[in-house]
Amino acid sequence: MDYLKSASPTNVIRGFSGGDRSGRRPSSKQAPPGRRGSPPGQLDRARGSQRPGSPRRKQTERQTERRSRGGELVRGQERSATDRTCEGKRKRDARASLREQRAPQKKEKELLKKEEPRTRPKKPRSSSLASSVSGRESLSEEELARILEQVEEKKKLIATMRSKPWPMAKKLAELREAQAFVEEYEGALGKGKGKQLYAYRMLMAKKWVKFKRDFVNFKTQCIPWEMKIKGIESHFGSSVASYFIFLRWMYGVNLVLFGLIFGLVIIPEVLMGVPYGSIPRKTVPRAEQEKAMDFSVLWDFEGYIKYSALFYGYYNNQRTIGWLRYRLPMAYFMVGISVFGYSLVIVIRSMANNTQGSTSDGESDNFTFSFKMFTSWDYLIGNSETADSKYAAITTSFKESIVDEQESNKEENVHLTRFLRVVANFLIICCLCGSGYLIYFVVKRSQEFSKKQNVSWYERNEVEIVMSLLGMFCPPLFETIAALEKYHPRVGLKWQLGRIFALFLGNLYTFLLALMDDVHLKLSKEEKIKNITHWTLFNYYNSSGWNESVPRPPLHPADVPRGSCWETAVGIEFMRLTVSDMLVTYITILLGDFLRACFVRFMNYCWCWDLEAGFPSYAEFDISGNVLGLIFNQGMIWMGSFYAPGLVGINVLRLLTSMYFQCWAVMSSNVPHERVFKASRSNSFYMGLLLLVLFLSLLPVAYTIMSLPPSFDCGPFSGKYRMYDVLQETIENDFPTFLGKIFAFLANPGLIIPAILLMFLAIYYLNSVSKSLSRANAQLKKKIQALREDEKSHKSVKGKATASDSGDIPKSSSKNATQLQLPKEETTPHSASQSQIPDKKAQGSGTVLPASQHLTVSQPPGVRPGSSHPRSQTRACRSASGRKAQKPPC
Amino acid sequence: MGSKQTVFTHEQLEAYQDNPFRQRIAQVFSEDGDGHMTLDNFLDMFSVMSEMAPRDLKAYYAFKIYDFNEDDYICAWDLGQTVTRLTRGELSAEEVALVCDKVLDEADSDQDGRLSLEDFQNMILRAPDFLSTFHIRI
Repeated sequence: MDYLKSASPTNVIRGFSGGDRSGRRPSSKQAPPGRRGSPPGQLDRARGSQRPGSPRRKQTERQTERRSRGGELVRGQERSATDRTCEGKRKRDARASLREQRAPQKKEKELLKKEEPRTRPKKPRSSSLASSVSGRESLSEEELARILEQVEEKKKLIATMRSKPWPMAKKLAELREAQAFVEEYEGALGKGKGKQLYAYRMLMAKKWVKFKRDFVNFKTQCIPWEMKIKGIESHFGSSVASYFIFLRWMYGVNLVLFGLIFGLVIIPEVLMGVPYGSIPRKTVPRAEQEKAMDFSVLWDFEGYIKYSALFYGYYNNQRTIGWLRYRLPMAYFMVGISVFGYSLVIVIRSMANNTQGSTSDGESDNFTFSFKMFTSWDYLIGNSETADSKYAAITTSFKESIVDEQESNKEENVHLTRFLRVVANFLIICCLCGSGYLIYFVVKRSQEFSKKQNVSWYERNEVEIVMSLLGMFCPPLFETIAALEKYHPRVGLKWQLGRIFALFLGNLYTFLLALMDDVHLKLSKEEKIKNITHWTLFNYYNSSGWNESVPRPPLHPADVPRGSCWETAVGIEFMRLTVSDMLVTYITILLGDFLRACFVRFMNYCWCWDLEAGFPSYAEFDISGNVLGLIFNQGMIWMGSFYAPGLVGINVLRLLTSMYFQCWAVMSSNVPHERVFKASRSNSFYMGLLLLVLFLSLLPVAYTIMSLPPSFDCGPFSGKYRMYDVLQETIENDFPTFLGKIFAFLANPGLIIPAILLMFLAIYYLNSVSKSLSRANAQLKKKIQALREDEKSHKSVKGKATASDSGDIPKSSSKNATQLQLPKEETTPHSASQSQIPDKKAQGSGTVLPASQHLTVSQPPGVRPGSSHPRSQTRACRSASGRKAQKPPC
Repeated sequence: MGSKQTVFTHEQLEAYQDNPFRQRIAQVFSEDGDGHMTLDNFLDMFSVMSEMAPRDLKAYYAFKIYDFNEDDYICAWDLGQTVTRLTRGELSAEEVALVCDKVLDEADSDQDGRLSLEDFQNMILRAPDFLSTFHIRI
């Protein structure tokens, strides 16, 4: 479509401004006498005599010559454009003078525009330029102005040609005509260059658009699993997809945590730390060595795995390691803190982003269904597979909106519902208490077991088994009970999430308490073991029966008696829990979803009843359970990562596999929910839960760091009174003394308490500000809604009034379209004035016409209800009355 | 691209054309409304569906495409057709009726029970992704 390209607004404007530049200043000086009626030729001559030697003058002359030379060439076109022009010398003279006038005209026209109200009434409105040219000896100023106007309009026409709903043939014809016309009166001034430049710019613009498109595509492709999630979303709705998006987000966060821990703790230790077997804490004890490589032992994270860099106990308490003099204990501590710091920041930021996004789409609420209907199909889709999933997506989104709609106008027996809800809550609280007690009981029992010597596999893993079983069976029970409540599925999901959260929380905390008991038990024994170790070493070096002259070789590290290292024990607990959790999840999916689906699918051929529609049917995707599983798993990771740096690595693997596995499982063996519902706007509820869990998991870690003494013979903080002593040590030894003083001063309670108070004040202030802002937001929304209603009712009145002349609606698709059509058919100066003051004119006619035509209108459109909102009103009225203005006056 | 085949069989064409409104597009852009396009019609179509085409023009032709019975108004029947095509008939009759009611309720600003071009433009003006979805690339 080159012809469209070449006929662009920029080109036209360029040509114009080129001409304009040549004669702007003289014309502005000469304009007033010119309008008074002096012949154009004289005018030009007068200007020439005024400034004989100026470069601008020369330029103008040259251009004039060139134009008159080229005049012979374009004459044919001129004829076609200004049809019915009579031949002869007079006309040619007229045109020559016209051409000389061309440059000043522009300026004059601007002046004319300003003086429009004054000059308009006087103007004679002849039918066309051509007849006026033929009818007179020379052109008057008005006619010149009109020609210019026509040129302008043609240019406008060329510029807006694209937006005309005309067939291609008509477009072509119109375009050629307009181009010819413009070319004739514009001259070839600077055209070629402009054209090329314009073409080049268009090319560049197109390339740029293409590049942007490719870049966006590339960015989309870079988002991992985007297509998978989109596929799931189109079949299962946004609520199921929200889980996968959450999973992906979690994976990203864990990758960062993994990078932090791996890069700053594990790798330095492996590269620069003392190698395995050199000191007791890095060696498997003699008693365990036989079995240390057995799979059953390794599976429990004992043996060699226990004495590896994956766990806290492996790290040495040397202040610096390697030639880099890397302060590993310090790094360990700081990484442990920054894991929490980063997680907090990222969760809170993501929550804030979500709320930001949720406030901005006020307008689309008004047109949910319309937008879905008219803009949801992507016309770019050419691939049948994509189209299939698009159909599914559209259907799903319609269903989601329909569910919302149905829920919003559902009316029910309120009392019955309320009663049922109370009952349901009571039942669920009972369940929660029961499960809490069960866990407490099991934990107590496991402490008994741990004192015994040989315990069976079941007795050792009882806690995990019970917790997993609870996690498996309670959520479906809750769901069954929640069916009583008849909530909207989205609200129901939130309740369900909250309840299972409480269940898991109870489990988690009972588990933690048991763990704490264990830790305290180990700590109490520690003093004794410390003495034993001391004595062993003392006896070893001082015992008699060794040649005194030869220095004794040091005791083999495997033989040194050592403490139980409660930190590693805690880390192992978390590791086990994570792995067993993962396995239970996968097995549940395999058995509960996949095998069930296979059974239903294939046994349906030879079964007494319809399995697919009847009892077992296919499983639905359990959003709440999966989301909470993910959140609590993350809580474990946060808690455990301080004691088991390798835990995050395991978790990254887990999330990765579960992404693929669950994507496959959901697509292969699940069916969409019966009532597909839209995910709550942005998953800020998930984030809230996650934040809560983060906070809760921060507490035990902070407690152990602040108030429990580290083990004396394992870990980076061994030998210190408390773990945070490493900070003090660094400040004292590595920083200049005044910094130490500053820190000591900052740690003064007299400073901390005011700081905390200040923070509270700030929180209070910000909270109240945000509340008032959201109130203002809600009010504005209401206002918009009211405005819309207003507009609607106004329109309906107006619509009745104009029902008779609605026939010309298609023509008025764009306002200036018809206005630009006018000059071609009947070039009246009327149209020019109309285009210059369209609003007043349009409004004027809009208010007058319907009133005169339809006297029965109850409310004259000029006096609008609710005229206190001028902006929207003017828009509505402009669009409504613009149609009127284009009608030929009757 | 790689294949030397120059003439498509009917099945292949069907397989490539997944647009639920393909018949309507052909009808709207063909001169006599029978779905057979000349070169000019074809160019028309692409100029309307191109990325550069202005929103007003696109809205005008979108209106024509969705106006199945070509009475210059999108009535409830047209809306029903649109929904059925978009969802491949997976919604029940009540659901379709509900959707149509809602659309009319939302977009019909003069409340005459059908969408005029003006209503349609007014609505589509605010649609965030109309421009990005209503175009074809070659």
